[in-house]
Amino acid sequence: MIFVATIRVLPKSEVRDPQGEAVRGALRSLGLAVSDVRTGKEIVVTFDAADETAAREAVRVMGTELLANPVIEDYTYDLHQVKTDDAPKSAPVGEDPIFDLAGAASFEPADVDDVVYGERKQAGEG
Amino acid sequence: MKVAILRYPGTWSERDFQHALSLVPGVESDILWHEDTDLAGYDAAIVPGGFTYGDYVRAGAIAKISPATRELRRFADAGKLVLGSCNGFQILCEAGILPGALVRNRGLEFRCDWVHLRVESDATPWTVGLRGAVLRMPIAHGEGCWVANDETLADIESRGQVVFRYTDERGGATVAANPNGSLANIAGVCNEGRNVVGLMPHPERCSEALLGGTDGYRVLANLAPALAGTAPALYR
Repeated sequence: MIFVATIRVLPKSEVRDPQGEAVRGALRSLGLAVSDVRTGKEIVVTFDAADETAAREAVRVMGTELLANPVIEDYTYDLHQVKTDDAPKSAPVGEDPIFDLAGAASFEPADVDDVVYGERKQAGEG
Repeated sequence: MKVAILRYPGTWSERDFQHALSLVPGVESDILWHEDTDLAGYDAAIVPGGFTYGDYVRAGAIAKISPATRELRRFADAGKLVLGSCNGFQILCEAGILPGALVRNRGLEFRCDWVHLRVESDATPWTVGLRGAVLRMPIAHGEGCWVANDETLADIESRGQVVFRYTDERGGATVAANPNGSLANIAGVCNEGRNVVGLMPHPERCSEALLGGTDGYRVLANLAPALAGTAPALYR
């Protein structure tokens, strides 16, 4: 079964949110009576799970192990099942070098000694 | 003394650390790729600074689930020496090896500057004989504001796990001397076992006079076998 979880991560109420404070200041400068702003992020995950219970457990692992740091952040989520045909398409695990940690071996950094510095052409030099 | 320096995708201070450690008598170091990490045979491990995985999700969050970090947790649990600097400190906190978390600097700006730190504890193997010393080190970070809940802060203060505090040059922990808004001016902490220390400043970038300071060497020199357990000689 294919599920889509929309996970929202926000700083805990007792943790200062300097980005939110900056946004609050900017919104006030628009003349709006804004008293508080909290900023966070929304992450939409499409995944396979046997049933709803397994899906919720998977989301718990996502939230606690990676997407939110329980020291400073809380997360909430919405979960819904989608038909296979409606699921967003992405590369299967193992074929995506950016998001597959197990494939990070192919991400071997260049040896610094092999890199030639200062030879990059300036824009417009052809 | 064999030291492993961990390199994740996006680590950038590993060669600086290797160079700085080459100045410490009796220390050999290797740079280990995060997937090849086998820490058997090493006495100490260093998690250098950088921007692992582009700081995606949170600084250090993705590095936390790398094979190297799992091995590092076993290594730390076995009582071996671990030092994390800058992004390395963020990784150790994300992994739960060190208490608290590092969030966006209070002023929102990336701080690249020299700061002063007072050494609060000499009960770690990295700070032997340095208690009360005011060190001058460079910082370069956007997410260096150390935070924790009141209970955690009270716990680590009472257990002596605060190792470094931002101060002015005379050792006063003032608001003005705090570059990022860290709670209680905390610049570095250790674990309960005291073998793992993390700090936002960069000791590897101030380990020889040519770089503008040698106070980082006073920390790294603790790795010299001849000095283990004694006050480190000062490098001038």
